Amino acid sequence: MEFCTNFPMFSIIACLMCGVVCSVLKKNPARYLTYTLLTVLLILSSGVLAYTLKIDGCFIYRMGHFGAPFGNELRAGVLEGVLAVFFSVIMFLSVLAGEKHIFEDVEDSKINLYYTLICLMMSSLLALTYTNDIFTAYVFVEINTITAAGLVAVMGNGRAYFSSVKYMIMSLLGSGLLLIGITLLYDVTGHLLLSDIKNAVNTIVIKEYTEPFTIIIALITIGLSIKSALFPFHSWLPDAHTASTISSSAILSSLVLKAYIVLLIKIFYRAIGREVVLETGVNDIIFVFGIMAMIFGSVFAIAQKDVKRMTAYSSVAQIGYIFMGLGIGNEAGIVAAVFHIFAHGATKSMIFTSLGGIKEVSGHSTKLEAIKGAGFRNKVAGVSFAVGAFSMVGIPFFPGFVSKINFADAAAEAGSTKMIVILVALAISTVLNCLYFFRALIALYTPVSNAAGELKEEVDNTRPTLKYIMAMAFFIAFNIFAGTFSDMIIKLINKGLTMFS
Amino acid sequence: MQAVIDYISSNLFEGVAIILFGIGFTTLFLHPNLIKKIMGLNIMDSSVYLFLAAKGYVFGRKAPIVVDGITEMESYINPIPTGLVLTGIVVSVSVTAVMLALTIRLYWRYHTLEMDEIMQIIRKEGK
Amino acid sequence: MSKIRSDYEKTLWRKIVRFVNGEKDFFDEQSGFDVESEELESRKHNNFFEETEWKKKKVQITELIEERSEETDRRAIKLYEKFYRLFAVITCVAIIAILLATVTNLPDYGDASNPANNEVSKKYIEDGIKDTGAVNIVAGMILDYRAFDTLGESHVLFIAAVCVMILLKIDPDSEKGKRFINLENDRAYEPKNDPILAWATRILVPLIITFGIYIIVNGHLSPGGGFSGGAIIGAGLILYLNAFGFKKTERFFTQKTFSVVSVSALLFYSVSKTYAFFTGANGLHSFISKGTPGDILSSGLILPLNICVGAVVACTMYSFYGMFRKGGL
Repeated sequence: MEFCTNFPMFSIIACLMCGVVCSVLKKNPARYLTYTLLTVLLILSSGVLAYTLKIDGCFIYRMGHFGAPFGNELRAGVLEGVLAVFFSVIMFLSVLAGEKHIFEDVEDSKINLYYTLICLMMSSLLALTYTNDIFTAYVFVEINTITAAGLVAVMGNGRAYFSSVKYMIMSLLGSGLLLIGITLLYDVTGHLLLSDIKNAVNTIVIKEYTEPFTIIIALITIGLSIKSALFPFHSWLPDAHTASTISSSAILSSLVLKAYIVLLIKIFYRAIGREVVLETGVNDIIFVFGIMAMIFGSVFAIAQKDVKRMTAYSSVAQIGYIFMGLGIGNEAGIVAAVFHIFAHGATKSMIFTSLGGIKEVSGHSTKLEAIKGAGFRNKVAGVSFAVGAFSMVGIPFFPGFVSKINFADAAAEAGSTKMIVILVALAISTVLNCLYFFRALIALYTPVSNAAGELKEEVDNTRPTLKYIMAMAFFIAFNIFAGTFSDMIIKLINKGLTMFS
Repeated sequence: MQAVIDYISSNLFEGVAIILFGIGFTTLFLHPNLIKKIMGLNIMDSSVYLFLAAKGYVFGRKAPIVVDGITEMESYINPIPTGLVLTGIVVSVSVTAVMLALTIRLYWRYHTLEMDEIMQIIRKEGK
Repeated sequence: MSKIRSDYEKTLWRKIVRFVNGEKDFFDEQSGFDVESEELESRKHNNFFEETEWKKKKVQITELIEERSEETDRRAIKLYEKFYRLFAVITCVAIIAILLATVTNLPDYGDASNPANNEVSKKYIEDGIKDTGAVNIVAGMILDYRAFDTLGESHVLFIAAVCVMILLKIDPDSEKGKRFINLENDRAYEPKNDPILAWATRILVPLIITFGIYIIVNGHLSPGGGFSGGAIIGAGLILYLNAFGFKKTERFFTQKTFSVVSVSALLFYSVSKTYAFFTGANGLHSFISKGTPGDILSSGLILPLNICVGAVVACTMYSFYGMFRKGGL
């Protein structure tokens, strides 16, 4: 069991190596290598989770012969274990469900490179989850950015290139701010390991460098929130999601954005300390922008005629939920935010992949008028879209409902102004969510009598593949599991957060 | 006046780095031309490296390469910022390459380098 | 005799004469003065930069833009331009002001008692040679103490190469690719077999590449290392390519070379670092000896890792150039 401590390192390096190997393989071996890798990652991550649960604490893994504060470190606790399992599962299901589309959308000789990007993306997600070193985090943030831009651009049309450039520009602005924040942080603390930074912060920085420190926190927060598409910086997100193949959309929305938020939480908790963040007032700013994102994201979503674009705007709103939870400033708020990372990740990837199935039977379009009756033509996709919509709107037994309850609970513990604001925003947002998701759902299940006959022939060659059905079934099961056994997950998150700092 | 001179003499490198950072950031953020955006990106990254290098320097000390077997801390500057700059440069080279490739692709497709023109064309085509 | 004749045909005077006589378009001739006439013909039909189509598209696009900006939009664009200038100045000044104010409160420049000069840098300097065997403390730091960063970093470069390949690589077998490629004519717009360039290259490239190798191999002893040396070698390869064209470089550098070299170097890197991390974390004894500090064959894994990194960087730089230029190696 002791051997499990090696698993985080093994999983990151396995991803890197598989990515490199995929680049020289043919498309089919690359695909199966990726599936094997993701399965192995799932096993390794579960091993880490089981081990941390068994020792009921976290462990530090030294990368090399020199311990803190000299070398790099990985650190895994319950929360990291859960996150790693979650990332592997969602990645696997998204790639599996979108497989057919990848083979259709991507140029034939570049499919193996797509899988290379998937593997390397996975390595960066895991490294951001496990790392305990702020500069390693920066390097892997950049890996994440470049792979994500590649995943968007791989479609090979003008719109994809444009969205990719837009994404890169916004992301690089974020990286620039993050990098200068890290530089300043190193300058005032003299450390790069998160736990050592915290020691230095508590001993010298607070007394001597109060003003720079506020700026540092602001820079890092703004940098990471640009990267995770918080409201005023969200403009790249809908384009990138609309222009990419469905696996990429699902991965971008459920994993890439979340990894940055995980890093932000990690820096807040482990490097700076939650009390210090509260003192600077940065969390209030996050809170305000989170609330604005919740409302404006939904309003923009209503204005969309394309369901895929609508879902992308819904992601903007959901990112707002998470930042709002971080901004509340109490323990319950962060628990709710972390739970929403899981809830939104599980649900949004399912909605995007189901849209892939819907697109097939609607003449390669996801416009509202085109998808009429698609729920009858592709039943699996229809059902999973319905499940996703229920979850996002907040119907009981689905994860979205649980997170809304959690946010309301957290609001009850916060001050009275914040409580009122949160409750009102939650109410408005729920109503708006209902409006646009149910509009799409109704369109999906509107019987189209005359068109049905025409589309009959098409249905035969667009019958969902076995892999698609399996992936969607797993997605639905995963969501219902996350919704019904939410107590267990929240307990794990609570446990993980206590050992996080 | 004295305050300004003091400021300049004590913060010359950091100040220059910060000014370059602001220029690069603004160019990357707001300039419509893609090539100039990439230039802005490079200015921004380089300014951070200048900043790091300035922060690693200590008066009267040499570059951290051991000469004549002297291994006292008092002889050499802080090696960590130098290492970080090395890592950072490679990252910015990679990012620049990807951006340039995307720019070439966009130019082949739309025959312009201005982001707003491309946006207009896309909007036009979408209708 | 014929050689003199053809040389004469190429002189500027002769060209001007022919231009005056109306035999040939001066500028067209100049843009590809070494391109055979049938080659030129095939370029016109085949090349991606098809001029007629190009112009047509350009006109179409300007029309599109003008059409759009005819009415209210033109005013909006003007407003946007004004707003853009104002906004740019404000952003720039605001960022600079905030950060300059921050800088004044930071630790002083060049002060030995700054927080950054703490026990970490002390350990790196004082125990660096003992721990890593590298005389160059920075090399020891990035390849041994903080090796995980560097592992990520070399993969960043690889990912960039993959992304550039995804974006620009032209598949010669595919329908689309055939339209794009005219392999012989990738230099249609440049002079070919320029004697000055060729001779300078013949002299310089061996020197450049030797210097690059020196920097890589001495990475643990003197300034430099895998990244800088690799970049120098890459620059040498690019110079060679510019002077002699793809046909000559394809004899020793193809897509396959790129894959083999970079994949094996990165895999070796990952495997050796896995070993180092594994033994380090579990407190096992590593069989890699540090050697005598100062020797070429010393400092354990740092030398082979520098060579790997150098190979990856050189290949990647060259592949960037090849991809940018013609969409392949």
